[in-house]
Amino acid sequence: MTRPQLLIFVLVVALLLALPLLGNNYVLRLATITLMYAVLTMAWNVVGGFAGYPLFGIAAFFGLGAYSGAVVQSSGFPIALAWIVAVVIGTAFAVVLGFILLRLRGHAFAIATLVIAEVLRELTNGWTSLTGGGMGLNLPFFGWSPTALAVFFFYVMLGLAAAAFVTTYIVAHNRLGFALNCIRQNEDAANIVGIDTTRYKIIAFTLSGAFAAAAGAVYASWTGYIEPTDVYDVLFSIKPIIMALLGGMGTVFGPIIGAVAFLALDELVWRNFLQLHTGVLGFLIVVLILFLPSGLSAFRISNLWRKAVSA
Amino acid sequence: MIFFQYLANGLILGGLYACIAAGFSLVWGVLSIINLLHGSFIVLGFYIAFFSYTVLGIHPFLSVITSAIVLGGIGYFVQLGLINRVITRSVLVTLILTFGLELMMNNAMLVSFSADYKKVLLAHPLGIAHLGNVFISLDRAASTVIAFLLILLLWLLLRLTSIGRAIVAVRFDREAAMLMGIDVNRTYAITFALGAAMAGAAGSLLSASFPVAPLSGPLFLSKAFVICVLGGVGSVPGAAVGGLAFGLLESFGAVLFGSEYALTLAFVVLIILLLVRPHGLLGVKGF
Repeated sequence: MTRPQLLIFVLVVALLLALPLLGNNYVLRLATITLMYAVLTMAWNVVGGFAGYPLFGIAAFFGLGAYSGAVVQSSGFPIALAWIVAVVIGTAFAVVLGFILLRLRGHAFAIATLVIAEVLRELTNGWTSLTGGGMGLNLPFFGWSPTALAVFFFYVMLGLAAAAFVTTYIVAHNRLGFALNCIRQNEDAANIVGIDTTRYKIIAFTLSGAFAAAAGAVYASWTGYIEPTDVYDVLFSIKPIIMALLGGMGTVFGPIIGAVAFLALDELVWRNFLQLHTGVLGFLIVVLILFLPSGLSAFRISNLWRKAVSA
Repeated sequence: MIFFQYLANGLILGGLYACIAAGFSLVWGVLSIINLLHGSFIVLGFYIAFFSYTVLGIHPFLSVITSAIVLGGIGYFVQLGLINRVITRSVLVTLILTFGLELMMNNAMLVSFSADYKKVLLAHPLGIAHLGNVFISLDRAASTVIAFLLILLLWLLLRLTSIGRAIVAVRFDREAAMLMGIDVNRTYAITFALGAAMAGAAGSLLSASFPVAPLSGPLFLSKAFVICVLGGVGSVPGAAVGGLAFGLLESFGAVLFGSEYALTLAFVVLIILLLVRPHGLLGVKGF
């Protein structure tokens, strides 16, 4: 990072840490959601951005993490254990799924990952004894004040986002990032020059799965109630992609910037067009894709942006 | 024999499924985009048939023509004006674009048609035929026959007309087709229009058999995914075979595993097929 970048970075982190001092729960909720999407987008970015694989299944890991954590937590175990179990299950699932799905490329990979979330949702719906099925799952109540809860989950999500960011940074400046870059540009060529593409792809996929599962588990504890159609919603797969496209795919800061920009827009739309919310959201997506194909970096002022984003 | 009943159910369902998937498969094969709008096109075709019947008294089978024309027109301009702008970019971009369009269309239908399920209740149904112990709803059987006629029509169009040949040429080699003087953008728009027209027709055909709500699109869409991969992407005869296979799979799968797992079973089959037979049951020669 260059010196001005570092300065901005430190400033943003300090502001975030001080945010609960505002005492405004609405702002805090918004910030927590933004951080959660930043985590999901960074998770997506490892496979979708660095390796260039069209991953449409972040919702599968998110939902799996949410349910694993919720089941453990509602059986009376401490919340930290619930989150750890969720991450372990998410990671294991990603390893297995990676072995199977990463042979596919392009459209086939996109479709296969898209339907994984649907499969998990149907299974969760059917396994009523464990998951509560379509009735959803209530998580034990904390007994804290709403403000204390809001602050607690804000800091947890901030910690998770920080971990995801550090991971992204390390991946980008490491052999793994280099290998993933090669895979994106030409996988066959990467294979020929001796990069173990399968191994790196699976590592990337596992990182994505682990972080998405962690975000899901924290989300479940935070909202206190989850149901299959909520946590396996296809929007959890699609929104991170849009955020990454917006901020800059395969970059270090892009996912965060994209998440903030998109959610600011999303919140404005929600507040003003309740009935037409999804329609306006769709319209925004169409406009973004057609008129801002290279994301916000199209607005770069003498290349400053690109430099800032690519760290 | 209950077995023959399931067989008949599966085959009749399969005809409708084939019609649902044929257009989707054509678009995926030729334009190499996964069109998430396809499900919403089917739902709109349904509503055209529904209101034609309840307001004007036109039989859904006749509305097939109206739906095909209306949806074909919509499809033509959506492709020409919007999707063609990003057609050469990655699957990420095109898929997200059609997702955005789908959100808009679903929201519009939700506001205009209200969220509840509707179904065309025919005043004079054709009744039920008994073949031994097998019962067959004649309306459903008729819609299956029409579905196969439509697929045959689409296949003949691709085989025999010059625009059909142009579509096939663009599918195999976009650049070479361009050099032969084919207007690729227009060919894309016509292909997309054909896909949308098939979706609209399918929506009208199933209006007397299935209840549909504005947000039913994704369900049809997910079935189209599986059928398309079953039959081979881009292949019209493949979609017919895939549709029948999927109809049977769903009919017998519901018996073996319970109907709540029908979709799960279908998706598991989809993933296995993608891995072991990516060109579908018929293989590449099926085009």
